[in-house]
Amino acid sequence: MSPRVGVVTFPGSLDDRDAQRAIRLAGAEPVALWHGTTDLSKVDAVVLPGGFSYGDYLRAGAIARFAPIMASIIDAANDGMPVFGICNGFQVLCESHLLPGALTRNDHLHFICRDQKLRIENTTSAFTSGFNTNQEIVIPLKNGEGSYIADERTLDELEATGRIIARYIDGNPNGSRRDIAGITNEAGNVVGLMPHPEHAVEAGFGPSLDGLTFFTSVLSRLVNA
Amino acid sequence: MSIDTTAQASATPDAQQPWSELGLKADEYARIKVILGRRPTSAELAMYSVMWSEHCSYKSSKVHLRQFGDKAPKTDALLVGMGENAGVVDVGDGYAVTFKVESHNHPSYVEPYQGAATGIGGIVRDILTMGARPVAVMDPLRFGPADAQDTQRVLPGIVAGIGGYGNCLGLPNIGGEVVFDQSYLGNPLVNALCVGVMKHEDILLATASGTGNLVVLFGAKTGGDGIGGVSVLASETFDADGPAKRPSVQVGDPFTEKVLIECCLEIFAEDIIVGIQDLGGAGISCATSELASNGDGGMHVILDAVPLRDATLSPEEILMSESQERMCAILEPTNLDRFMEICAKWDVDAVVIGTVNSSGRLTIEWQGEQIVDVPPRTVAHEGPVYNRPFSKPASQDALAANSAASLARPTSADEFVETVLTLVGSPNLADKSWITSQYDRYVLGNTASATPEDAGMVRIDDSTSRGVAISTDCNARFTMLNPYLGAQLALSEAYRNVAATGARPLAVTNCLNFGSPEDPSVMWQFSEAVTGLADACLTLGVPVTGGNVSFYNQTGETAILPTPVVGVLGVIEDVHTHLSHGLPADGLTLIVLGETKAEFDGSEWAHVVHAHLGGQPPQPDLEAERQLAEVLISAATDGMVSAAHDLSDGGLAQAVVEMCLRGNRGATLTLSGDAFTGLWSESVARAVVAVTPEQSAGLLALAQHHGVPAAVVGTSGGSSFVVNAPDVTFSIEVDTLREVHTATLPALFDH
Repeated sequence: MSPRVGVVTFPGSLDDRDAQRAIRLAGAEPVALWHGTTDLSKVDAVVLPGGFSYGDYLRAGAIARFAPIMASIIDAANDGMPVFGICNGFQVLCESHLLPGALTRNDHLHFICRDQKLRIENTTSAFTSGFNTNQEIVIPLKNGEGSYIADERTLDELEATGRIIARYIDGNPNGSRRDIAGITNEAGNVVGLMPHPEHAVEAGFGPSLDGLTFFTSVLSRLVNA
Repeated sequence: MSIDTTAQASATPDAQQPWSELGLKADEYARIKVILGRRPTSAELAMYSVMWSEHCSYKSSKVHLRQFGDKAPKTDALLVGMGENAGVVDVGDGYAVTFKVESHNHPSYVEPYQGAATGIGGIVRDILTMGARPVAVMDPLRFGPADAQDTQRVLPGIVAGIGGYGNCLGLPNIGGEVVFDQSYLGNPLVNALCVGVMKHEDILLATASGTGNLVVLFGAKTGGDGIGGVSVLASETFDADGPAKRPSVQVGDPFTEKVLIECCLEIFAEDIIVGIQDLGGAGISCATSELASNGDGGMHVILDAVPLRDATLSPEEILMSESQERMCAILEPTNLDRFMEICAKWDVDAVVIGTVNSSGRLTIEWQGEQIVDVPPRTVAHEGPVYNRPFSKPASQDALAANSAASLARPTSADEFVETVLTLVGSPNLADKSWITSQYDRYVLGNTASATPEDAGMVRIDDSTSRGVAISTDCNARFTMLNPYLGAQLALSEAYRNVAATGARPLAVTNCLNFGSPEDPSVMWQFSEAVTGLADACLTLGVPVTGGNVSFYNQTGETAILPTPVVGVLGVIEDVHTHLSHGLPADGLTLIVLGETKAEFDGSEWAHVVHAHLGGQPPQPDLEAERQLAEVLISAATDGMVSAAHDLSDGGLAQAVVEMCLRGNRGATLTLSGDAFTGLWSESVARAVVAVTPEQSAGLLALAQHHGVPAAVVGTSGGSSFVVNAPDVTFSIEVDTLREVHTATLPALFDH
């Protein structure tokens, strides 16, 4: 049986069906998870998709962090379950303190949607193990609050411990500190990424197929676990 | 405050009423009294005033719009025609597509962000109301001069509003237009298009039938926003010294709309409703009267049941409120529990506000008293109809006689280079990504093509890759010179743009933006444009499925350029075969399809270089458009061409420059005639395609088969845009073109 990867739908989630499609194309079985549930017994990993959970009128991810399912996800993540937060999902992971730092308003104050070049710097996390070190990829970026920020000590530590999984190259799109596009936790099972790999998984519907490797990475970890 | 009941209205026939302030004319007020046999109550007056406003009743345009039905081409593709919330088209495999474009011009001028945001919200609910899942949006926009001070206020707000609302709904924004012209300075145009997809059997209509069925209001609570917006904003001209109208603009909440969409789709999937209507302009007045009017009986509404954000609202205000993100459904009582369950799952407020009955009347009570008792058709469908006088403006002949033919043209190589750069960097032709990068074009994962391609395209079925393509177009300068031909040219361009992506054009929507219908000159423009469009739709075999009329677009006495925005929808069996315009390789042969004539009146060149507008627009050739489309569709299906681009604003020079920039490589054009005509004529029914040398003969044969003139004009490759013609030779680095093309909008708006 292929591994099952849950995709959480909060009210206001937008890229949930897209994440499910990416999981299916990677060879795993996507499972829709409603924000009101606390039961993760039927999934082997979780994706928190992009969108504007609860409208993000307060601070992106700040309300979703208190959804019933998040308590279960925090426990599961601490027990080692792979958890991948994309865009709004990354914001939710920071608000949940599963990842350090925060995502703030883009420095130019506009929403930005563009094909973004990244360099993969960590190839050991649950969602990046299929990449080569320093591999350059292009996937869509689309957000209004994507500027990663943390105190200098945290940034130094992220760098020193190889927890920056990807950096923006050829131009920082939003003022992210140290060009950070995504990070992982110490254990490498929780990953947050601002750009959208689920929109680069099919020929003709995105700038590349580079996004698929995030999903095949976790699949191979689950199969080999 | 005492309640103005129907009994009181009968008892006090001579009470003074503010019909004029509400936008009604004396004869309209008199007619209401005849219909009711008494004076209207203040609540009835509110309902009639909003529903009989120009925006809701189409009272000045109806007599002309009939042509779209009378001249409709015979087609099996149209499943639902004009008159419903949006038309529905059969796109094959059991799928139906609904699409429509609407204006939100005046609110967007008053409050750019909210005006534009709620424009998206409104059109999305129209599409949802047909039973469809909304799958994409587009925004045709018109602004004053790019460097004008007020454009600095209006444009960033409108763009942020479209992005802020549309991005949060999770709908990809796949295209549209951005056009700058002096005439829009005091009256920008913000049109919004939405397209939705459903299966044939899932089409829903706005009808309240079945005595005893329930009327349920669901979605956001009703507040004081947008009260009188319809009549005050959409149907009156902006006056420089008029009072501030900001309170009439609605405020949008895209999160509530997103949740409402998902909630509705879940309700639709369970087939538990009889009819549905969205609440847009004229709010509850519109929804209840339209539902009752389309149904088979009457309706009784208890207005006290409406959930309010502001408890102090009067019944008249509740009836007129344009609070966003609300829907009204009709359902059998046995389905109420399940309906409420789904709403509760999505945290959507829902409340029964009335019942369907057989009285033939729409009755509304408030605090136990009857405040409305009207025949619903007289509110919703039998409003006033005006046959307004129209006459060709006295200045029209002089305008037509003032041709661009005598304007100074470039002669030396340096002058040609300067002309290319000036046009490539002019606001109308410059790169628009400062705007479009603020819109999410990827969400839903089905976007096969988006701006700056000729048409936006989305896949509608993962398993078959069937898709639809849409383009909206209008060159309002052409319409100014000749509204009949201009409207046909708008259709021609949208039709051509859809075909240039490889999709087969199928149906038409429109948003007719004009000045005041009370001005006979404007009415003449309108009448000519509608006739031209209806005639052209008949010839091209594409029916008009619906649309929108926006009048009173003027500042003081000066109307905007007549702007009939035309949207064409096409279908493509496999989106993977679609064409795009970037040159993918060196060594490709460039071929111009269609005939190039010396047509410069109203052209982008005359506008940008000489600020000139006069003469006659290019001559439409609908049969040539149809044949060109056949060539492009065949070529795409058979994989014969590597790139394709329609020729329109800025002619061949602009098209090939865009192909170079998109493909990041150069091209060399070798022209046999005079360079100026070859580069900047805006003759119709033309496209440029790039083919491999091996495919060249096949493409030329295909063109010949369809009677489409075809001429090899150059090759791709190198790092420059090079032109060799008998009268001039010049070259410009692609990097230079890119710099000029991309610098314009950021320089104006990035601060």
